[in-house]
Amino acid sequence: MAFWIASSPHNHNQTQTPNLMRLVILATLPGVLAQWYFFGWGNLIHIALAVTTALVCEFTVLSLRKKPIAHELFDGSGILTALLLGICLPALAPWWISVIGTIFAIVIVKQLYGGLGHNPFNPAMAGYVMLLVSFPLQMTLWQPPLDLVAIDLNFANTVMTIFTGFTAEGYSVEQIRTTVDGVTMATPLDTVKTNLTLGLTIEESMQSAIFGENFAFGWEWVNGAFLLGGIFLIFKKAIAWQSPVSFLISLFICSFIGYSISPDSSASTMFHWFSGATMLGAFFILTDPVSGATSTKGRIIFGLLAGLLVYLIRTSGGYPDGIAFAVLLCNMAAPLIDQYTRPRTYGHLKGDK
Amino acid sequence: MSKELTPESATSSDVAQDIEAQEQAQLTAKLKAELKAEYKELAIQGLWKNNPGLVQLLGLCPLLAVTATVTNALGLALATLLVLICSNVTVSAIRHWVPKEIRIPIFVLIIAAFVTCVQLLMNAYTYGIYQSLGIFLPLIVTNCAIIGRAEAYASKNPVKQAAFDGLMMGLGFAAVLILLGIIREILGQGTLFDGANLLLGEWASSLRIEVMQLDSQFLLAILPPGAFIAMGLLIAIKNAIDNHIKAKQAEHASEQVIERVRVNFDS
Repeated sequence: MAFWIASSPHNHNQTQTPNLMRLVILATLPGVLAQWYFFGWGNLIHIALAVTTALVCEFTVLSLRKKPIAHELFDGSGILTALLLGICLPALAPWWISVIGTIFAIVIVKQLYGGLGHNPFNPAMAGYVMLLVSFPLQMTLWQPPLDLVAIDLNFANTVMTIFTGFTAEGYSVEQIRTTVDGVTMATPLDTVKTNLTLGLTIEESMQSAIFGENFAFGWEWVNGAFLLGGIFLIFKKAIAWQSPVSFLISLFICSFIGYSISPDSSASTMFHWFSGATMLGAFFILTDPVSGATSTKGRIIFGLLAGLLVYLIRTSGGYPDGIAFAVLLCNMAAPLIDQYTRPRTYGHLKGDK
Repeated sequence: MSKELTPESATSSDVAQDIEAQEQAQLTAKLKAELKAEYKELAIQGLWKNNPGLVQLLGLCPLLAVTATVTNALGLALATLLVLICSNVTVSAIRHWVPKEIRIPIFVLIIAAFVTCVQLLMNAYTYGIYQSLGIFLPLIVTNCAIIGRAEAYASKNPVKQAAFDGLMMGLGFAAVLILLGIIREILGQGTLFDGANLLLGEWASSLRIEVMQLDSQFLLAILPPGAFIAMGLLIAIKNAIDNHIKAKQAEHASEQVIERVRVNFDS
């Protein structure tokens, strides 16, 4: 009998891609549930559409590329991409929005670059940006929280609206978005942006029903739920804490500076944290292990840069929210960040190759 | 009658002349065959193997900028084709008198002159297209495909071949332009030949085909990023076809080798 001698490492990490992806999908559940509670069935339908499209696309491309289909189709990365895209879409967007977005994300952004692990950009965000640039009208059809909608948006009505553009009673999307007062609702971020150009102060625009009692009615709870899921992921060591934390700190500092200088024309720090896609972006998008920075220091810089960009796009860009654009820009910067934050190899001096 | 008689009473000098004539005929036939082969090679190079759009990747700026509709693509394709042929002919015609040191400025001047002609013509006869092509019409001067052909081929070859080369390169470029235009117009607006009357006259407005009814324009296909993506896909398809052909040829060659071995073995 001989001893079986193996070289280090002796302590193996058993985490595999499917397990990791399953954990992340699980962690989005609180956020998705909050979205369902406040905004109705729209996003769930879009998630279902996107996941179906993603599986079909992955199957087609994998068989064209002669890859092991069963292994790569169910590793969960495609499903996660579709899930994130479905969460981001406006709830009442037409069905082809999620289909086209997913096809672009899976086929062009992910598979054409070589599949999982080779894509330079986050597929979900690239798909979202493509949709936002291509279909500006449909991608801004944000639905106000259910409590503010005069029309009963049950499951059947939402399905009808997504597929035909009208509810069973014949209300159009535009009518759904109009409140009892006859004012079209937008997202809190959108409202702030529009009101600022109209010359209103933040204090005045905060009177709108869309902001609720705190920062952003409905949105704050969705963001809170995603924060919860994110903390669960960090606790499970599925994602690194550096990029979300540095991102949130960066956004906090930027908005704090803005708020201190002119409180009338800049939204509060907590408004920036709990509206739009901040928490989703921080914990589920920026932490993408493929397209993000990889070293510890690199992740911190990556997060800081993303926070700065989100703040700049939100305050002085053309779009109300800038998570997707900021993430894509940071993805572009990630290889450079990694290049300059390469950790010192043990036993080598700093700067020694 | 007399011709039939001559072979019998042929003198040695006549035989020599005959042989010479035969040699001459052979030589001309050979030259003709060579010329034919060269034309064929030029056509293959321009249209496929060395396509300015897909392989040389020259003139990408107008290629990507104006192919949002087939009509625009066609307009630019015709303008480029015309300039390419004329500049090739001129450069080839004056190739013996152009000093090597200053050939590039001279080529640019020639090209610029033809571009100005084309621009003025389009301004006069197809004003709508002239307006929608905008800056990209005068920018044909800087299209590397044209100066590339002038430098690489026309300045070293006779006029006829140079003209043919210009025609083939221009057609290859035009094919890519029109293909991109078709893809982007169908995806972007769901139509084909929209606004063809601007280029071809009033009768062409009936050419407009509604391929599919779109609720809204697919802006990505109309904007330049869509052109980049479509272009990338076209290049990928071309490379895939080339690889396929190469694989088939290799298969064919290996089969032949096996046959020969068998024949040797049997004998």
